[in-house]
Amino acid sequence: MATPYPIRPQHGSLYRTLRSGGVVLLLCVAIAALLSASNMGRFVDVLAYSSCIGVCCWLIITGGMRSLAGVLNRRRSARGRPAQYPDGFPGWRWMPLPIAAGIVFGPLLGNELAGWLGLYHASSLWPVGNADNRTTWVLTLLAAVVAVTVLSLSGQLSRARAEAESAQRAAAEHHLKLLESQLEPHMLFNTLANLRVLIGSDPPRATAMLDHLIALLRSTLSASRRGRHALADEFAHLDDYLALMAVRMGPRLQTRLDLPDALRALPLPPLLLQPLVENSIQHGLEPKVGGGRIDVSARREGQTLVLTVRDSGVGLDAAQAAAAAGFGLQQVRERLRTVYAGRAGLIVRADAHGGTLAEVRLPIDDTA
Amino acid sequence: MNPPTALIAEDEALLAAGLRADLARLWPELQVVAMAEDGRSALQQALALRPAVCFLDIRMPAMSGLEVAQALAEDWPDEASAPFPLLVFVTAYDHHAIEAFDAQAADYLLKPVDGRRLEACVGRLQRSLASRGGAAAELELSLQRLRALLGSEAAPRDARLQVIQAQVGNTVHLVPLDEVIYFEAADKYLRVVTAEREHLIRMSLRELVPQLDPGRFWQVHRGTVVQARCIASARRDESGKAYLTLRGRPEQITVSRLYAPRFKGM
Repeated sequence: MATPYPIRPQHGSLYRTLRSGGVVLLLCVAIAALLSASNMGRFVDVLAYSSCIGVCCWLIITGGMRSLAGVLNRRRSARGRPAQYPDGFPGWRWMPLPIAAGIVFGPLLGNELAGWLGLYHASSLWPVGNADNRTTWVLTLLAAVVAVTVLSLSGQLSRARAEAESAQRAAAEHHLKLLESQLEPHMLFNTLANLRVLIGSDPPRATAMLDHLIALLRSTLSASRRGRHALADEFAHLDDYLALMAVRMGPRLQTRLDLPDALRALPLPPLLLQPLVENSIQHGLEPKVGGGRIDVSARREGQTLVLTVRDSGVGLDAAQAAAAAGFGLQQVRERLRTVYAGRAGLIVRADAHGGTLAEVRLPIDDTA
Repeated sequence: MNPPTALIAEDEALLAAGLRADLARLWPELQVVAMAEDGRSALQQALALRPAVCFLDIRMPAMSGLEVAQALAEDWPDEASAPFPLLVFVTAYDHHAIEAFDAQAADYLLKPVDGRRLEACVGRLQRSLASRGGAAAELELSLQRLRALLGSEAAPRDARLQVIQAQVGNTVHLVPLDEVIYFEAADKYLRVVTAEREHLIRMSLRELVPQLDPGRFWQVHRGTVVQARCIASARRDESGKAYLTLRGRPEQITVSRLYAPRFKGM
């Protein structure tokens, strides 16, 4: 499922800058500890020196990275495209440039800085062959590799986390929309209104209606948590829904559900047929003065399960405009696409006797 | 004074019976003279029996409660004998309708209708009936409210339609919108009238209107939309209706009371 959210790291650029600075300082402390442990100077002196170099490296890499992103953004907007690097990170493709600059100029600048501050420093970092100088260059290179690796991994981690979160949010939103479409408020309140009348006038019928409503709510809620359920469960759900509609519409609604025993256990995505039956009622039969009938049936054609919802309502012309734009059919098509990847289909057409016929064809996996 | 009368329009039989029973308990003098199960029969019975109060369900077969209200306002007889009925809309959950009702202070009930709300509604209706002015003033008041209600309830417009495609047998005639003088509803069809001829399309006015530019095409009746530049003159009569003469067509077009205020001198 495509997520509607743009994917971006969840932290701001200030946070990331401070974090990278922190990593650099930690590395400087580690280097100072290492060098002073191997008797190459006092811890404080080495720490001050390595910090000078580290900070310079960090400034060069961070600044280079940001100005690169700025230049790239300006170039994109000059070509009329939206800025792509709003958080000052130009992408790993461009990062070798500032990193190389940092590794070369960081120690040189850091050495100058240390001298200017009157701290321990080398008179010159050339030639590289000098043992002290080699230590400085090698340690800088190693520290840069470690810092870049650590930061890139943690960046990847937070991006992946943000991606997972936004996908989860999209799924939850879809789920909610599905649930709302299945528990349509108009239907719910009208059902309760009927129930309210029946409680006074015909308590046994009120009880029966309440039982159907409870079963309907239960199956709707449990279906939203399951990936598949059995065709028998689907038909039981439709039976509850149609029983409620039959109380409301009285003699204006006749229903028939036909499910052969052999097909009862076949799996399908839960409540797949519900929007089709609802369309038949809402757009086909409710607008028709005399009402009509609705037939839901299942049959097997070789390795294909064929589910049909047929109504004798106002017909496709009138119902089409209302239903086609709705969430119902679009949602059925989308679910078929995600679950069966092109191996299932939905056809909605005018029935030969007036009214509308919706047909869903699903592949049957005997191995499943 | 005669006891007040009422019509209940509700397609769900149990709910209609329930409302009737609740009304009998809260307002014993009220006589329910008609129970309609669809919009069209509600309109016919209301025009024939002229009840004092109409309870109109919003979602009904054939015509919605709002369409019934509009048709009542347009077709209500002029003679002063029967004042325009008080309208109470009934709905389970129609987001847009409820917003419009609230905005226009229209009387409405939410299903399930609880006793206290119905009691308050009955109280309001009784006070309105007791303080009613003359029939003409009453009608004008109702018209104003309905105009606002229908206006605020109108669907968002998306005026992209350029050409009407009218099918006759295997041929599809393309009629540029510019050539259309007026559209008129005719049962399930829509008459598309140009200077030379007319076509039938299978579309309702309700589906068409949102696709038209409201500045170019003026609704003048629940069943008629006219291209404004084809209107030559409008003559108003004392009942509040108006009659249009057209450029390019000999026939006159009737403007209902709901839309007549549009035709005023500048």
